[in-house]
Amino acid sequence: MNQIAAAEASFRQVTGARPIALARTRTIHQMLVPFPVAYFAAALVTDLAYWRTDEVMWERFSVWLIAGGLVMAALVALAAIIDLTFGRQRPAWIRAVGYLVAVLISLVNVLVHSRDGYTAVVPTGLTLSAVVVAILLLVATSATWTLTSRRRGARK
Amino acid sequence: MNRNRLFTRDAKLSRIAAAFALTVSALALAGCDNNGGDPRKQIGANPVLPAVQQYLIPPIRIARPLPWGNDTPKVPQGLQVHALATGFQHPRSLYVLPNGDVLVVESNGPKAPVFRPKDIITGWVQWFAGAKAKDANRITLLRDTNGDGIPDTRTVFLDHLNSPFGVALVGHSLYVADTDAIIRYPYEDGETSITAPGVKLTDLPGGPIDHHWTKSLVASPDGTKLYVGVGSNSNIAENGMEAERERAAIWEVDIKTGAHRIYASGTRNPTGLQFEPETGKLWAIANERDEIGPDLVPDYLTSVQDGGFYGWPYSYYGKHLDPRVQPQRPDLVAKAIVPDYSLSSHVAPLGFAIYTGTSLPANYRGGAFVGEHGSWDRTPLNGYKVVFVPFTNGKPSGIAQDVVTGFLDGNNRTHGRPVGLAVDRSGALLIADDVGNTVWRVSSAPAASEPKPAS
Repeated sequence: MNQIAAAEASFRQVTGARPIALARTRTIHQMLVPFPVAYFAAALVTDLAYWRTDEVMWERFSVWLIAGGLVMAALVALAAIIDLTFGRQRPAWIRAVGYLVAVLISLVNVLVHSRDGYTAVVPTGLTLSAVVVAILLLVATSATWTLTSRRRGARK
Repeated sequence: MNRNRLFTRDAKLSRIAAAFALTVSALALAGCDNNGGDPRKQIGANPVLPAVQQYLIPPIRIARPLPWGNDTPKVPQGLQVHALATGFQHPRSLYVLPNGDVLVVESNGPKAPVFRPKDIITGWVQWFAGAKAKDANRITLLRDTNGDGIPDTRTVFLDHLNSPFGVALVGHSLYVADTDAIIRYPYEDGETSITAPGVKLTDLPGGPIDHHWTKSLVASPDGTKLYVGVGSNSNIAENGMEAERERAAIWEVDIKTGAHRIYASGTRNPTGLQFEPETGKLWAIANERDEIGPDLVPDYLTSVQDGGFYGWPYSYYGKHLDPRVQPQRPDLVAKAIVPDYSLSSHVAPLGFAIYTGTSLPANYRGGAFVGEHGSWDRTPLNGYKVVFVPFTNGKPSGIAQDVVTGFLDGNNRTHGRPVGLAVDRSGALLIADDVGNTVWRVSSAPAASEPKPAS
């Protein structure tokens, strides 16, 4: 009973006194960021499968995965803008730029993958998929994939 | 202080946005390409073939439809054109019965499946080009009893078909090539409507993909065999070679048993099957592959050799390898035949009529009319007209001439797109127009009357 009352009290304190504090520590884009990473990495796997088998099913998987990754990346961008504007965040430049480059290459890659036949994947599509995964691994220097960090001077 | 920070952040954001916009426009530029060359360089036996190009964004150039209004197609001096009948639903091919009745096949193919994000875009493009009309799945009969070129009877001849295209009458059996089967119907002379149920002669490769769905049909002159044009199930085998089984081929079907063999293969989308009367050879027109350039690959007109292989998908115009096909088949490419006559790239020939009539001017006799549906992936637009290829001794013998034009207006809007062709009993040329939903009739103009004296 006491515990609940205490929890309630602290909750009230956070929401009532400083509602913005929640947004400071948890950014919205944070939960969306891994989706494109997972999709693009999976596309590299299905590209490799197509390269080894010539089986069109894998090429179709790849192009949907890349397209899905781009849709999620658009949502990430939207969320990141919201976080930057309202969440007292500043860009984490290295991760953000690396991530952006990977997404832009994937935009080219979905077009390459939309070609008909073998050259939709080999060699250009497969190469681009590998480059995207390499960039994402390089910028994954921290345990999180957040593209922003708390602004200096923001109160705790 | 806060204000200041906001400003710098906005400046940074706008810089990011600018960089992004630049990259995207650079991509779009990379996707664009030079226009196609002069189509005349690709007409005839030896078309100029440029190098293969591959695109990020393949060029799309469609002509938006605009109703004919009071306009008609244009014909050269000595000919006249008028609408035989209007108000069809996507008339695709024509057939003339021995008593002069004209059959108009109204059909628009099955719904295309979506395998890749690209297929969704293709659907929008086709809708913009006016190619998404409802599939009427019927054949309409037109009869002109008094011979004035205006039909006075119009009936539904056959209904509830499955994306029909080819029609052939042998004796009292009318064969209709639906997209997935050849059906035989009993036909009595003078009938205006068939209600008797059809009997299936043979299955044809149909769904589930059915990319090139039109099945062109012609009977051998002795009436023992049917020849069927079966188009490929893809642009360039991107749906896998299993989907192409017995496709991109011309079938020979035994009229008694329905048994078939592959008469010729490697023809991507063969239509307009016809026997040339002088040599007795089978001829076809074919739509070649897309997305490797505005001048690749030329669509063609060719005599069809028994057992011949015409390249698709492994090679084009003989032994020019297509890099998009893997694994390759050097054994097949080694025997790939070069087609007889190039019509230039992306004109989309879908109608073919060797002129055996006598009522048009003498220079048309023995040659062939080709209905060019028109390009959708090339700048400048190509096709959208009916051309005439002169023949001598049963072979093409000169450059194709424009005969029926005016389907495109000056602003690249399209009033109509010519598809199937036929020659009616009087020797006039009939043209199915599947955007204008009209059948046009081209006949000789009456002898020029004396100019009236100025009053």
